[in-house]
Amino acid sequence: MRLGNWLALFVALVLAAEIARLLRQRATRRERWRRFFKHRTTSWGLGILAFLVIIALAAPLVAPFPPGDPLGIVDLKNHPPSWTFILGTDVLSRDVWSRLAWGARVSLGIGTLGALVAVSLGTLVGASAGYYRRWVDAVLMRGVDVGLALPRIFILMMAVALWDGLPFAALVLAIGLTSWLGTSRLVRAEVLSLREREFVVAARALGAQTGRIIFRHVLPNAAAPIIVSAALGVGNVLLLEASLSFLGIGVAPPNPSWGNMIADGASTIYTAPWTILFPGLAISLVVMSLNAVADGLRDALDPREEAA
Amino acid sequence: MTTPETTPALLRVRNLKTYFVTEHGTGTARAVDDVSFDLYPGETLGIVGESGCGKTVTSLSILRLVPEPPGHVLPGSLIEFEGRNLLALSAPELRAVRGNQIAMIFQEPMTSLNPVFTVGDQIAEAAIIHQHVSRSAARARAIEMLRLVGIPDPDERVDHYPHQLSGGMRQRVMIAMALVCHPKVLIADEPTTALDVTIQAQILELLDRLQHEMGMAVLLITHDLGVVAGHADRVVVMYAGRVVETASTEALFERPTHPYTEGLLAAVPRIDAPRARLHAIPGQVPAATAWPPGCRFHPRCPYAWEKCVAEEPPLLETGTPGHGARCWLVTEPERKVPQR
Repeated sequence: MRLGNWLALFVALVLAAEIARLLRQRATRRERWRRFFKHRTTSWGLGILAFLVIIALAAPLVAPFPPGDPLGIVDLKNHPPSWTFILGTDVLSRDVWSRLAWGARVSLGIGTLGALVAVSLGTLVGASAGYYRRWVDAVLMRGVDVGLALPRIFILMMAVALWDGLPFAALVLAIGLTSWLGTSRLVRAEVLSLREREFVVAARALGAQTGRIIFRHVLPNAAAPIIVSAALGVGNVLLLEASLSFLGIGVAPPNPSWGNMIADGASTIYTAPWTILFPGLAISLVVMSLNAVADGLRDALDPREEAA
Repeated sequence: MTTPETTPALLRVRNLKTYFVTEHGTGTARAVDDVSFDLYPGETLGIVGESGCGKTVTSLSILRLVPEPPGHVLPGSLIEFEGRNLLALSAPELRAVRGNQIAMIFQEPMTSLNPVFTVGDQIAEAAIIHQHVSRSAARARAIEMLRLVGIPDPDERVDHYPHQLSGGMRQRVMIAMALVCHPKVLIADEPTTALDVTIQAQILELLDRLQHEMGMAVLLITHDLGVVAGHADRVVVMYAGRVVETASTEALFERPTHPYTEGLLAAVPRIDAPRARLHAIPGQVPAATAWPPGCRFHPRCPYAWEKCVAEEPPLLETGTPGHGARCWLVTEPERKVPQR
């Protein structure tokens, strides 16, 4: 680590703390966002996420070494954490901290994009099934049942086997396309009950068309569970990517992702535990932070709280 | 107000039949069974009846808002608005009528407003759908409508959410939503049932005032004869999915002809009558899946005789023009002797 890297890291920390503090401060003005910050863990979650996102964006600044290059295969392999290598080096003598920073891009990117694909698709399918009911519902939901019955890892392994080394976009798509089933059931249940509400009849009486009714009147009322499922979905996708990479079918080496860092370090878990401790910690931190933020979001978006 | 003989009807409902298939297809609920009436420009037509007699389904059928399935409007029914059969319109044509030419307000102001949008957004919606106005113009319209329906501080209220308003205010917002496009017909389905009495009076006065200002026709659906007496020009009394009596409001209150109407009037507490137990019509409205044979009111009618069981009367003209009753007593008035 050079002085510049330390400085960048310090700035990232301060920036993340400041973002969390600022949001919290502005939140006190509106009732809904005050509820969001009701739990202390929400601010911590938000701060940690902000920090990791900044690290990912500023990877070239905070990472002292190229993430894929072995630094010295003879004397620098499995080097314990030191001032130069703050998180140590791995079995291929690569700097763990640099890989962690660059890997944040890949892992968080896949997590966010994958969850976005999954939640959009799940919402669309769930809303159609719940609103149109009858044969649309029957066909879509039986499809979902079949999808849930098949092990996801198995499907993804088949997809990977067919492609032989997935490009990033294909990996995101593959993960997203296999992760929407739960969301679709959730949204369907919400829409089924919302479509019977009087304001939906009132909207039809105003001359609104079906698309407008679904997207403007029904779905916004289901925003709370959808957003919460998106936040939790990011964590799930992240874990899925980690397990795929661990199995060697995720992000292709030497590109670092938190998952394949764990996979690489697994063999040296006793001799160089730092190689898998830190990426594992990063994944846990993201998932826990997202859970905390999702908790806050659920409190903030619950219309029942609003009425009280 | 307007004389029915000279002006053509704005809305003509003829032989409207709306049936519901019950679960598992075991039966058919004939919720609205051969209903006909006219609505003339500028008038208020009251539709009265007990719960379950088909009032609401009639009003929903006009804008084709009956959930299908299980409900369906039978072929042969006619709902003619300005010479066009609403039942034959395509979906886009129908949407152009809904909220624009014929608007509707609902019973429950608590649940008929979308909780996640400001009242301004909801009022503006019809204007955006039908007149494609800009956002800022729509907002100005919403504020103007709020002022029109008598909501104080409309500039501020326009950004409020429904839960921040009282029940009476929400009903005012509903009215503003319905009237934003200046419809020719307003269907008000029990507009005051969920409100307390003082607010009821205010809302009905508001409707009267707006009706005069905008010159629209109102179809006022209610179970409250007091509301009808004060606000309707003509009345249609419904029972068991049928129109049993139709008359001008004065004629109905002075000379109720159908025993059901008589019973309804007797059940209203009166301030000028000696204190006594209120009259109640014995029994309940039968299930819509199994209307009684003959006159559908005969099991509850104090005057019923064999003919009423055997044959259902048509809507018979009484002496007064425009006053009809579906009762054999019109032809055999000497039979009006209580049997029980």
